[in-house]
Amino acid sequence: MKQHSRLMKLLAAFAAASALSLGLMNQPSFAHEELALDHAPIVEGDKGSLQRGARAFANYCQNCHSAQYLRYSRLTDIGLTEEEIKANLMFSSEKVGDTMTVALDKADAKAWFGNPPPDLSVEARVRGADWLYSYLRGFYKDSSRPTGWNNTVYHNVGMPHVLYELQGVQEWVGEEGHKTLKLTHPGKLSEAEYTQFTADLVNYLVWMAEPAKATRIQIGVLAIFFFVLAFFVTLALKKEFWKDIH
Amino acid sequence: MSTSPQNTKLAQLTEWIDARFPMSSIWRDHISEYYAPKNFNFWYYFGSLAMLVLVIQLVTGIFLTMNYKPDARFAFASVEYIMRDVNYGWLIRYMHSTGASMFFVVVYLHMCRGLMYGSYRKPRELVWIVGMAIYLCLMGEAFMGYLLPWGQMSYWGAQVIISLFDAISPPLALWIRGDFVVSDATLNRFFAFHVIALPLVLVGLVLVHIIALHEVGSNNPDGVEIKKHKDPVTHIPLDGINFHPYYTLKDLVGVSVFLGIFSAIVFFAPEMGGYFLEANNFIPADPMKTPPHIAPVWYFTPFYAILRAIPQKQLGVIAMGAAVLIFLALPWLDRGLVKSIRYRGTLYKTAFGLFITAFLILGYMGTQDPNLWYVNPTSQICTVIYFSFFLLMPIYTRLDKSRPAPERVTS
Repeated sequence: MKQHSRLMKLLAAFAAASALSLGLMNQPSFAHEELALDHAPIVEGDKGSLQRGARAFANYCQNCHSAQYLRYSRLTDIGLTEEEIKANLMFSSEKVGDTMTVALDKADAKAWFGNPPPDLSVEARVRGADWLYSYLRGFYKDSSRPTGWNNTVYHNVGMPHVLYELQGVQEWVGEEGHKTLKLTHPGKLSEAEYTQFTADLVNYLVWMAEPAKATRIQIGVLAIFFFVLAFFVTLALKKEFWKDIH
Repeated sequence: MSTSPQNTKLAQLTEWIDARFPMSSIWRDHISEYYAPKNFNFWYYFGSLAMLVLVIQLVTGIFLTMNYKPDARFAFASVEYIMRDVNYGWLIRYMHSTGASMFFVVVYLHMCRGLMYGSYRKPRELVWIVGMAIYLCLMGEAFMGYLLPWGQMSYWGAQVIISLFDAISPPLALWIRGDFVVSDATLNRFFAFHVIALPLVLVGLVLVHIIALHEVGSNNPDGVEIKKHKDPVTHIPLDGINFHPYYTLKDLVGVSVFLGIFSAIVFFAPEMGGYFLEANNFIPADPMKTPPHIAPVWYFTPFYAILRAIPQKQLGVIAMGAAVLIFLALPWLDRGLVKSIRYRGTLYKTAFGLFITAFLILGYMGTQDPNLWYVNPTSQICTVIYFSFFLLMPIYTRLDKSRPAPERVTS
């Protein structure tokens, strides 16, 4: 009986500790964005989506943005073969073991955009999927900007709307305080297609920021299972030895 | 009876060693015949868990050092290299980053236990003081380690904290940094302190902590001395049980639960929502770009909140230092008749409750933007409560109406 109540106390304390940690996780104290972000409709680990995202990244982002911590060969993790990688995704380098660098000169980039385009290897861990998704869909025409573009989540952004051919042209219209984005010239993709396109790209950026994530979760399940088992074994052992302590 | 040849050989080896090194007597004095009170509760797991985390940090640290480059040009990239290209590098790194935070979780709980049951009081003053030295050393270790990934938060966190020394003496800050701003020189010396100087001190202090504890014996939730009632023949405390096998096995249960929680964080939430690994620390350090909101890691935030609560910077720095060091005076501030909170009166219980609440609120306020209207006033009130707990302690513990503690431990 005594043992039992002690165990209950212990469990209660762990419940309290986990509740506390969950509470901690829910406090967004590092937010610095005013606009509510759209939820990125991504399915992590969806290889079709990741492969489409990899292609989009190579075609639209990698002219300016490097991913210098990611090796091309790592794309085998999302179901591509080395031949496919070489044929479809490698424009600037030869070896599949190379990292994703760009030819763009940093000084040129600074002159053209004000800031060199950041490396995107771990960008998803800085911004989060929802921010990236909202950003890719938040460009609108603004004649006061040198590039002619502005962005709802990244005010006065230096990057022009690289995907405008696909999305079309949006404008920021309505009364002050109640402005919304309105598509004034449609692009090559329908709204649903552009949603899919940006979701795939964001999914890829999220994967790229931590390629080991899937492995991490797999091993994690085993680890938890092991320690739950260890808990019952050690508890039984402890009880056996403590029988004579009153 | 069944003295097999192997057993004789082993006995001979033991004898041979014991004639040259006190192996068996160390085992007896500190493990098998160290008598600990039989009534340890939940709060008594955190000492052994702190040792476990220390070992995790030392071992993962060694493996990280094999691939980390303490050079401002390569540091950030080498961490990403560990995360991506080193076999199970991500696991080693997450264990180390999670271990840093969990070290403070268990140490704070361990200290809270000491407060609750009066473990700092006579004859355990030195156990407490050495423990505080460990805590200070740990703060330095964590602070210097946090610079090494060379992200924006690493860089600017270090910049802000070292600039506090500027408030006291600019040449001192310059001496710490080795440069006029945080730079490669700073990174190199922090690396040296983080991987060898402070760990050496830390391990040494932990040994001293345990030796001092075993000299006086462990306190317990009743705050009574088990050495007062010994068996007249064996001289073993009547309420004491052998540390091994009783507490080694009990601690193993704690270890299993702890490693379960530890794994849950490492494998499923290594960033802990930005509290263990901050989002901005995935941006490489940029001395030209100050992030809009710089907050230290959560385990420093109570003291950071005290610093910010005081409008004058020099006084703020002094208050922050005093907030940490004042724990050292506890054994002499407490004038209560009993050690354990179980037998204390309403005055102490209220003061203790207020103190813990103030500490937690300060910790929260330290993560918040100081421009929010409620941050500074709340921090100021909590700072007053924090210091009052210590400074008024000689008065309220003397006035407190405590119940008499029992002669023997209760179960």
